[in-house]
Amino acid sequence: MIQEQMTVIKNRLIALDTFEMVLTSETIPQRANSGQFIHVEIGEGNEHMLRRPISIADLDEEKGLITIIYKVMGEGTKWLSKREEFNVVNVLGPLGNGFDLDHHVGDNILIVGGGVGVPPLYHVTKRLSQHNNVTAVLGFQSKEFVFYEQQFSQYATTYIATDDGSYGHSGIVTDVINQFDEPFTTFYACGPNGMLKAVQNQLTHLEGYLSLEERMGCGIGACFACVCEYRSKKGYVKICQDGPVLKASEVLL
Amino acid sequence: MNLAVSLGGLELKNPIMPASGCFGFGKEFSQFYDLNTLGAIAIKAATGEARYGNTTPRVAETSSGMLNAIGLQNPGVDGIIEHELPFLENYETPIIANIAGSTLEEYVHVAEKMAKEQVIKALELNISCPNVKEGGVQFGTDPQLAYEVTSAVKSVSSKPVFVKLSPNVTNVIQIAEAVENAGADGLAMINTLTGMRLDLHSRQPVIANQTGGLSGPAIKPIAIRMIHEVRKQTNLPIIGMGGISSAEDVIEFLLAGADAVAVGTANFKDPFICQKLINELPNTLGNYQFNSIQEVRESRCHNPSISL
Repeated sequence: MIQEQMTVIKNRLIALDTFEMVLTSETIPQRANSGQFIHVEIGEGNEHMLRRPISIADLDEEKGLITIIYKVMGEGTKWLSKREEFNVVNVLGPLGNGFDLDHHVGDNILIVGGGVGVPPLYHVTKRLSQHNNVTAVLGFQSKEFVFYEQQFSQYATTYIATDDGSYGHSGIVTDVINQFDEPFTTFYACGPNGMLKAVQNQLTHLEGYLSLEERMGCGIGACFACVCEYRSKKGYVKICQDGPVLKASEVLL
Repeated sequence: MNLAVSLGGLELKNPIMPASGCFGFGKEFSQFYDLNTLGAIAIKAATGEARYGNTTPRVAETSSGMLNAIGLQNPGVDGIIEHELPFLENYETPIIANIAGSTLEEYVHVAEKMAKEQVIKALELNISCPNVKEGGVQFGTDPQLAYEVTSAVKSVSSKPVFVKLSPNVTNVIQIAEAVENAGADGLAMINTLTGMRLDLHSRQPVIANQTGGLSGPAIKPIAIRMIHEVRKQTNLPIIGMGGISSAEDVIEFLLAGADAVAVGTANFKDPFICQKLINELPNTLGNYQFNSIQEVRESRCHNPSISL
């Protein structure tokens, strides 16, 4: 992992409270895997002592750019949303273990995203679509929170669900998945724990992977703040270091 | 400039060390810089058996600080000796083992095992963790219990024992005196302050444990005040900590009465912080007309505003 000063190329509102930020990076596009995250320093001085972990939504090796998508949840992300073109942010990364995708050829793959869990799945979908058939089911609270529908549609048969029915299918992602009868080879999911748990329970017959979110301290495995329980290993695994992508059948949510 | 300090039988090449709990067992940070540059390393707390810690969320940011309630998650003393210490043997930096427990017997058991390890050069007796239900902090808030556990650990340890004091007391001098009388070789202060943060949407505490230990620059003035109070009463070496994030902070702690310092929360914001402080310290000392660490210590004796 490397610490890098990255320049903001773009930081725009793409849905309610949701921003897409493009950053220049000399090292991450070449080294990062889909599903890894960056740890972003917030603010100047000592007001903010914790970085914010944000997953990588897209990588552009040729131009040396990375894209992150984040929702303004508190003071840290609010500060980030105010960064303008040519501002510099301090980033640690790429961190964690991403999705292992290279072995898929000719597979039928299901992508399940919820809210700000959708971004890391964009790069996953893009990559998988080269040699596989991909179906993406993306859930949001309501119409104003929906983002990246068009982008996903370029690479996958994309279904949108909203909790309040204001856009796409009314209901949650598992309602949409219930309607499918195609046999999927595997699934990759990222979203709030409630959604992940529902998906995990619904797709027990498939070996899939979940990308987890948790409040983090160091982001590199030293502080033991972001852990989750693992079935085969007494105790916990560290989400920042062993994850954030973990085997769905192993994670106890 | 020579930054070496002598600390109750420990010789450190500089007064900067990462604080226990903020640096794991060193491996992660060794990807950023050479751990040999550090004055010492205080590794994560060890308990008798493996502990799995509290439920998540375990951390939350606060203004100029953070709350944590990890709950002493660690692989247990045997696990640490077997899996974590071998890596640290590659370094010449003195390793300080943080010792925790629920009972006096557990403290003694862990201390005895750790003190026998060659790579361990001192023990830091953690009687001040606010995040576990049993053990820890009650030993640090009752002078009699603090005396007993220090005395018991001293009797099984051939290595210097630093007692890490809790700020969650009305009279820290009383505890400091008790552990000094019990034979402590030094003090480490301060541990975190018990705090809480509520989420307005859920109307619940942000941290699953409800309360957590507050650390970071927000607590620095409290640490300075407590070290200053205790320094008036004792000549024991003090490892000062609480919100250090700059070379100026280091000098402020030394001036208050510390002999070395530990850096905690700031490692999360900047993983290179310890190395930066070590590099910046000589110039910063110079900026304040100090030619050595010793001069800072001497000046606190002669400064009427910080009289001993």
